[in-house]
Amino acid sequence: MTTRTEYVKGTPVALDGDRAVAEAMRQVNPDVVAAYPITPQTEIVQRFSEFVANGEVDTEFIAVESEHAAMSACIGASAAGGRAQTATAGAGLALMWEVTWVAAGTRLPIVMHVVNRSLSAPLNILCDHSDSMGVRDAGWIQLYAETIQEAYDDAIQAVRIAEHPDVMLPTMHTLDGFVLGHSLERIEVLPDEVVRGFIGTYNPRYSLLDVDHPVTFGPNDYHDYFFEHRRQQIEGMERALDVIPQIGEEFGALTGRRYGLVEGYQLDDADFAIVALGSINGTVKVVVDELRRQDRKVGLLKVRSFRPFPADKVAQALGGKRAIAVLDRSFSFGAQAHPLFLEVLTALYTHGFTPGMANYVFGLGGRDTLPWQIRQVYDDLAELEGVVSAPVRYLTVRE
Amino acid sequence: MTLKGWREIPIGGLIIDAGNSKEYETGSWRIKRPVVDMDRCSHCLICWVYCPDSAILVEDTRFAGIDLVYCKGCGICASECPRKAITMVDEAQARKGDHDDHQD
Ligand code: SF4
Ligand code: SF4
Repeated sequence: MTTRTEYVKGTPVALDGDRAVAEAMRQVNPDVVAAYPITPQTEIVQRFSEFVANGEVDTEFIAVESEHAAMSACIGASAAGGRAQTATAGAGLALMWEVTWVAAGTRLPIVMHVVNRSLSAPLNILCDHSDSMGVRDAGWIQLYAETIQEAYDDAIQAVRIAEHPDVMLPTMHTLDGFVLGHSLERIEVLPDEVVRGFIGTYNPRYSLLDVDHPVTFGPNDYHDYFFEHRRQQIEGMERALDVIPQIGEEFGALTGRRYGLVEGYQLDDADFAIVALGSINGTVKVVVDELRRQDRKVGLLKVRSFRPFPADKVAQALGGKRAIAVLDRSFSFGAQAHPLFLEVLTALYTHGFTPGMANYVFGLGGRDTLPWQIRQVYDDLAELEGVVSAPVRYLTVRE
Repeated sequence: MTLKGWREIPIGGLIIDAGNSKEYETGSWRIKRPVVDMDRCSHCLICWVYCPDSAILVEDTRFAGIDLVYCKGCGICASECPRKAITMVDEAQARKGDHDDHQD
């Protein structure tokens, strides 16, 4: 039996989210990092370039002229057989959009650290999930963190997930801009050798630099094979549904912090549930604790892996609930509802469940969402049994 | 050429066998076919230099015909030939001719 004392001891430190990610990058020691600074990710790049300047990593750091170039350089480095990483946010991720598809389609296990930021206009540097949701169909694995500790842990696990031979897909993990990116939290940083042991070495099956086995990357691919290559990408995503929790368990056996695709909180006997991505889960947990003290059967389902979307796990966790509110921190203009809601609704419907449901958009452009507002959502849910509420509700928008 | 299923091909569109473009018969794209008037041809081989599909056949440094398995009918050879020895003709018509020849 594993006991607490058998876990690797980390060093407790106070770090903000950006520095925690930079610290994980230092420990991973990628072959190439190509990045361009953008608020609220800047501190990651700034801190990491200090590590480079101080000789604390062996990384080739490429100070590129744009995010499009950053991702392109990562693609080249990864095709050459190296571990390549970048970090970005908001408009930077939008500028990368075209090449994110190239990275995924070429099956390059690049790791990207995304500090979520809204998309302009009007100009806004604060948090929402429009940036990562904007690339949700590009073929990248997407993990969302609730805490800075999770962001640090995800930054390490992302390397293993991306490079897993069954997966071979680029992986982004996200942390909410400012809320996590610039806030201090006490986290445990693992010893360097433990991180290096956990990630191991990357042995690419094909490499542009392997001149004895010449390979063509990125050729033309038309009507006769393109669809088959897309089918393979879908397979990689589906296999990631097994690989992500497998690596999360392995990480847990080492550190005591286990990770899956989703995390239920007070969910088993709950009648009413909230589903969410990212740091808002912390606020929801506070409210759940408070309402539980008043004997209200409420719970939370935190979705860690948005891509691939774990439909079976979500349906298992939510099947039989009386009403469910799904919180989206992004917006799909003209859609019937928003990205997370549509996934949850589809998962439940295809598994034969038709609970009452409502979609709440919250926190756009960095709008604070407070415990009393989450309480309001649980109060609404009690009246929602058996109906899927339309239209979408907007938390905290002033009339 | 038999098309393979998604489980049988390398991921990411990678081409792992160097030189396998030979398996790709670009001749199937052709809607115009180059026909050479050998009375005008001076064997300068400018067409060989320009042909993007290596479809100009050469024997003993002399023009020896066109490889229709790979000639995609782009017409570059006809455009570049200094002797105006190459004419692009309708592929469907030319095929009918091939067919009639066979029956003869
Ligand atoms: S370019 Fe014209 S003249 Fe020269 S070899 Fe070709 S067909 Fe003959
Ligand atoms: S038509 Fe184009 S492909 Fe065909 S022989 Fe001429 S140059 Fe080559």
